Amino acid sequence: MAQIFKPSANSVAKLTLISVVLGVPSLWLAIAGLSRSPANTKVDVPLNQPVPFSHQHHVWELGLDCRYCHTTVEKSSYAGLPSTETCMSCHSQIWTNSPMLEPVRQSYETNTPIQWNLVNKVPQFVFFNHSIHIARGLNCNICHGAVNNMQITWKGNSFQMAWCLQCHRAPERYLHENKTAEGQTPRQQVFNMYWQLQEHGLKDLPEKEKQLADGHFAGSDEAADLEAGKELIKKYGVHTQQLADCSVCHH
Amino acid sequence: MASTPLNDTMITGTQDYASIDQSISSLITDQKRHTRPWFFMFALGLMGTGLLATSITWLLYQGIGIWGNNIPTAWAFDIVNFVWWIGIGHAGTLISAILLLLRQPWRNSINRFSEAMTIFAVMCAGMFPLLHTGRPWVAIYWLFPYPNIMALWPQFRSPLMWDVFAVSTYFTVSLLFWFIGLVPDFATLRDQSKNKFARVLLALASLGWRGSNRHWHRYEQAYLILAGLSTPLVLSVHSIVSFDFASSVVPGWNVTVFPPYFVAGAVFAGFAMVLTFAIPIRKLYKLEDLITMRHIDWMAKIILATGLIVAYGYTLEMFYAWYSANPNEWDLTLLRRLSGPYSWAYYSLIVCNIVAPQVFWIPWCRKNLTIVMIVCQFVSVGMWLERFVIIPMSLTANYLPSANRMYYPTFWDFGMFAGTIGFFIVLMFLFIRFMPVINIFEVKDLLYKMLGHRDSLIAHSAIEIPDLLENSDTVEIPLAGGAH
Repeated sequence: MAQIFKPSANSVAKLTLISVVLGVPSLWLAIAGLSRSPANTKVDVPLNQPVPFSHQHHVWELGLDCRYCHTTVEKSSYAGLPSTETCMSCHSQIWTNSPMLEPVRQSYETNTPIQWNLVNKVPQFVFFNHSIHIARGLNCNICHGAVNNMQITWKGNSFQMAWCLQCHRAPERYLHENKTAEGQTPRQQVFNMYWQLQEHGLKDLPEKEKQLADGHFAGSDEAADLEAGKELIKKYGVHTQQLADCSVCHH
Repeated sequence: MASTPLNDTMITGTQDYASIDQSISSLITDQKRHTRPWFFMFALGLMGTGLLATSITWLLYQGIGIWGNNIPTAWAFDIVNFVWWIGIGHAGTLISAILLLLRQPWRNSINRFSEAMTIFAVMCAGMFPLLHTGRPWVAIYWLFPYPNIMALWPQFRSPLMWDVFAVSTYFTVSLLFWFIGLVPDFATLRDQSKNKFARVLLALASLGWRGSNRHWHRYEQAYLILAGLSTPLVLSVHSIVSFDFASSVVPGWNVTVFPPYFVAGAVFAGFAMVLTFAIPIRKLYKLEDLITMRHIDWMAKIILATGLIVAYGYTLEMFYAWYSANPNEWDLTLLRRLSGPYSWAYYSLIVCNIVAPQVFWIPWCRKNLTIVMIVCQFVSVGMWLERFVIIPMSLTANYLPSANRMYYPTFWDFGMFAGTIGFFIVLMFLFIRFMPVINIFEVKDLLYKMLGHRDSLIAHSAIEIPDLLENSDTVEIPLAGGAH
């Protein structure tokens, strides 16, 4: 009887086996890599907005406080996006003819809000609260990156659960206090950093805050920092034993 | 040992290698052998599969609220059916692995389709816990440990987690075992097949098998290794399934006898299902010479033996409930099993699993196919009831009387169960039609051994083997005199 396959079928069979052995783990790694890459997380990818708003210009160059626009960040779960009226509080006076600001004027005249594109978001089943994080002295830049240096805003961190848990499982790595700002509440310290930065520039900031202003702060494992962090946990009353419970974020 | 006469008729009729080839492989090469009964069963199975597809679609669209599950009865039909199906698979593994290691040649003509049954039963079983999760498409990260972007791991201390590993290992090893065993038979079929398309497919499936000494040597080694891997699985899979219950604190679940009693129950149900398929198929396809009354007799004896172990389990459950002096355990036994709204299920279970198999003490009952079939149906129903008694019934009464609540299954609970039975029938009948139902080469090997290792006898003329069981249980085969 004639052979069904030629001898080359052996090579094909071997090649198939090898490609399965290599291919399946490769595919797995590719999916793992892709889901953590900016292609999926959008970290460092500027997101275009209806108006090319520059945080760098307004925060760093002009020195606006975060709370001027994000008014509810200290009191509410939601930091808040500025209304058109907030923009117009200045732009009814300056740059009144700038074509870049045309959508703002349009919005103001027609009484329809500007539809900003959300840069930082968590899923609906995550009950994130800004106010508690501010109240424990966690600087905006820890999560949002160096917003003060962004022209068009991008996401500073992945906001994936593993990222949240880095702090929720070990808050001592992230909590810090500016010793030079004596007598300030943790909440005041958050905004004090931007104030200092505006007044004296980077060079006068403590090391930790320099990193923050650059957007390079990713927790500290140094013994002294951890020690200080643990002190702060006690001082601020952070309930570490329940901080990584499911129900803290997923009620 | 000079010569060991084979006292048991595991092959009967006038047989040589060609006739064995013919009677098994013609099921595939001669499609005309599949007549009306095949189409009837296949259509019946397809209807069930349709019901299954409908149930799953509606379930995914609407959510598991369409089932009767409630709080406190969060585990109900879904888990009952899962345990029932997993149990059914166990006969296949026992036959193929343990009987192989124990050198029981009677496994040869029944191992192939009981292994197929194992795989199909595990497929049916696997659906239930997956759908029970409510969102099977995300179940992968609930069930499997891998470094994920949530920095979360499953609870390794939970038996539910062990269950995932037990069942997926079981499926993988069973599938490999089945496939490895099929390779030489695929080669036989490849050589016999006239259809070009079938030949290419069979050639691919037989992995270039030429039957050389080296091939056989490797085959035997691979098969033994897999048998070694499967053997602990026979015991471990259902032990771990029983841990889902035994390691909890629910009254009626927290019993240390669960693992062995579940394993025995699984083998019990599995053999009943093997017989349920073997008896009609051997008649329909005239395989009585290969699956003989001897096989049926032995399987009936295994059902009797495992049935007694199961009965012992029921007795111990009762005893523990009393001996633990735990009022909740004792209340459950008295008020939810021996009396109460579901006591009918408990009594039916006793009738099906303890009383019915006792007829197998009587030899002529093991030889009467109608009686064997009826007892097997009792066992299948009984084993399903056993899981019903253990799982939802125990949950309806818990520690707080205010939490007690009745459980009522809905149409979709029954629909999905009936659907998986249909799906199982479809797979079995496709298997019968397109794959060798009986292990061809092992039966030939058996024939060779039965005839005292003398190839020449078989090669030159067909040998008539009398059906010894008809006359006596211990008569020697006349030709079985050759030296080993």
